[in-house]
Amino acid sequence: MHRIDCPWCGLRDEAEFQYQGDASVAPPPLEGDIDEAMAAVYLRENPRGWHQEWWHHVAGCRQYVRVLRHTGSHEVAATGWPDSRLEPPA
Amino acid sequence: MRYSVWQLVKQGLRGHTGWPRMWRDPQPKSSYDVVIVGGGGHGLATAYYLAREHGIRNVAVLEKGWIGGGNVGRNTTIIRSNYLLGANLHFYEYAMKLWEGLERELNFNTMVSQRGVLNLFHSDAQRDAYARRGNAMRLAGVDAELLDVDGVRALVPMLDLDNARFPVLGGLLQPRGGTVRHDAVAWGYARAADALGVDIIQNCEVTGIRRDQGRVTGVDTTRGFMATPRVAAAVAGHTSRVADMAGLRLPVESHVLQAFVTEGVKPLLDTVMTFGAGHFYVSQSDKGGLVFGGDLDGYNSYAQRGNLPAMEDVMAGGMAVLPVMGRLRVLRQWGGVVDMTMDGSPIITCTDVPGFYLNGGWCYGGFKATPASGWCFAHTIARDEPHPLSAAFTIDRFHEGRLLDEKGVGPNPWIQ
Ligand SMILES: Cc1cc2nc3c(=O)[nH]c(=O)nc-3n(C[C@H](O)[C@H](O)[C@H](O)COP(=O)(O)OP(=O)(O)OC[C@H]3O[C@@H](n4cnc5c(N)ncnc54)[C@H](O)[C@@H]3O)c2cc1C
Ligand SMILES: [Zn+2]
Repeated sequence: MHRIDCPWCGLRDEAEFQYQGDASVAPPPLEGDIDEAMAAVYLRENPRGWHQEWWHHVAGCRQYVRVLRHTGSHEVAATGWPDSRLEPPA
Repeated sequence: MRYSVWQLVKQGLRGHTGWPRMWRDPQPKSSYDVVIVGGGGHGLATAYYLAREHGIRNVAVLEKGWIGGGNVGRNTTIIRSNYLLGANLHFYEYAMKLWEGLERELNFNTMVSQRGVLNLFHSDAQRDAYARRGNAMRLAGVDAELLDVDGVRALVPMLDLDNARFPVLGGLLQPRGGTVRHDAVAWGYARAADALGVDIIQNCEVTGIRRDQGRVTGVDTTRGFMATPRVAAAVAGHTSRVADMAGLRLPVESHVLQAFVTEGVKPLLDTVMTFGAGHFYVSQSDKGGLVFGGDLDGYNSYAQRGNLPAMEDVMAGGMAVLPVMGRLRVLRQWGGVVDMTMDGSPIITCTDVPGFYLNGGWCYGGFKATPASGWCFAHTIARDEPHPLSAAFTIDRFHEGRLLDEKGVGPNPWIQ
């Protein structure tokens, strides 16, 4: 069971959130070519390890929370605002 | 040894001490014509058809754990070909035809049970959508019947048809759908492939794919280097990791799917049934337990275990339609890592790396595909081109915009 520390609401249960995928993906540049668009829409690193991701606090403040979570252990190392820089533990 | 009733009697009289092992435990050779990574259903079926249909027998299947330890031994055993889109329909129907002859083909009792798959609908709009899918199936020569609520009642009498919020209005039935003993599929293909000369090597993890001027030359493993011009990956939830060894990024995310089994009870449900107003599906095993599941846990994960919120959601779905379940105890629960694609359809393909072939993206529904997947992947490897039945599953569809989005949910694997 995950517990996610929402920067606005505090430590909350996973069930209040809706997962929204890989937060390391940047939107493709508007003047970019099809390869860049295709990479942004479809291609994913899908790491076994630390993963930057979006969790939408739908049953709370409805903000997007940036979360650094391990895809093997499910440990949540850090959470922050959308523009926070989250570093994996050493 | 050929299995038969006579063998059973003979071995029985000898106290079952004379059965030989089902496949050898060979030492890895220094080189192979084809190395298959992953000893799940798909890898083993591919090896079998490479040897049987294409005469390529100097083949190794490398499995990091044991045969049957991956999703082939973790799924809920449902087979069906009740799809809407043409490419999916024809492919899964071919799989269904292979299932229908598999026991004779492999000389192994895989317990193929065509007990029917029934999808319930709960609104007029859903009935129209199911009728459309049923018509698409019939146009493709697949069996489909639209049942009204009395038809559903006759088939599954213990359903709560009058649920205040989601009354059952009817169902789409595929009578030839059903279940197959999943472990037996892995063992049956392993035994048959081994008999044709394929080396099945367990406890052997592939850790790297060597290339020379772009072309595949071999694999590094925990049991040493093996030279080969062709590496074929069929590693389910680990697809992105193995593709990474060949320098490829894929339209794939790994997610957890759970399954559950209750204590055994007397016969209660003799078909596979899916709830249409939530994600819940159930069948009854030959031992009497209800085998059921539902949604993905809903976040990237390589952990072969599930979490409580998804469990609660599955149980709630079950209680809404099959309240008798509430009296049963859940005996076991587990999770498997599934490779979700961005359009929910699989990938069987040659790649930009010469000599590297990929079979994956089976999402939560690849067990039913096993024979056809092996059939088409073997063809792809042997001929270096897609099989006509899997031509729509090549990786370039994402670049070309020819997605096979059966459900129409877009590139959000966690809600597929
Ligand atoms: C809970 C659950 C329920 C499901 N229910 C159904 C269902 O009812 N119907 C249906 O059609 N499908 C179902 N599926 C999906 C189905 O099980 C999978 O799509 C299918 O089994 C995947 O193919 P496979 O059998 O080859 O995979 P696996 O059996 O997972 O085989 C892949 C193998 O690759 C090995 N491997 C990985 N990395 C390496 C490496 N580096 N080196 C060597 N070996 C490696 C793994 O150990 C594994 O054994 C379900 C899945 C789950 C998890
Ligand atoms: Zn919040």
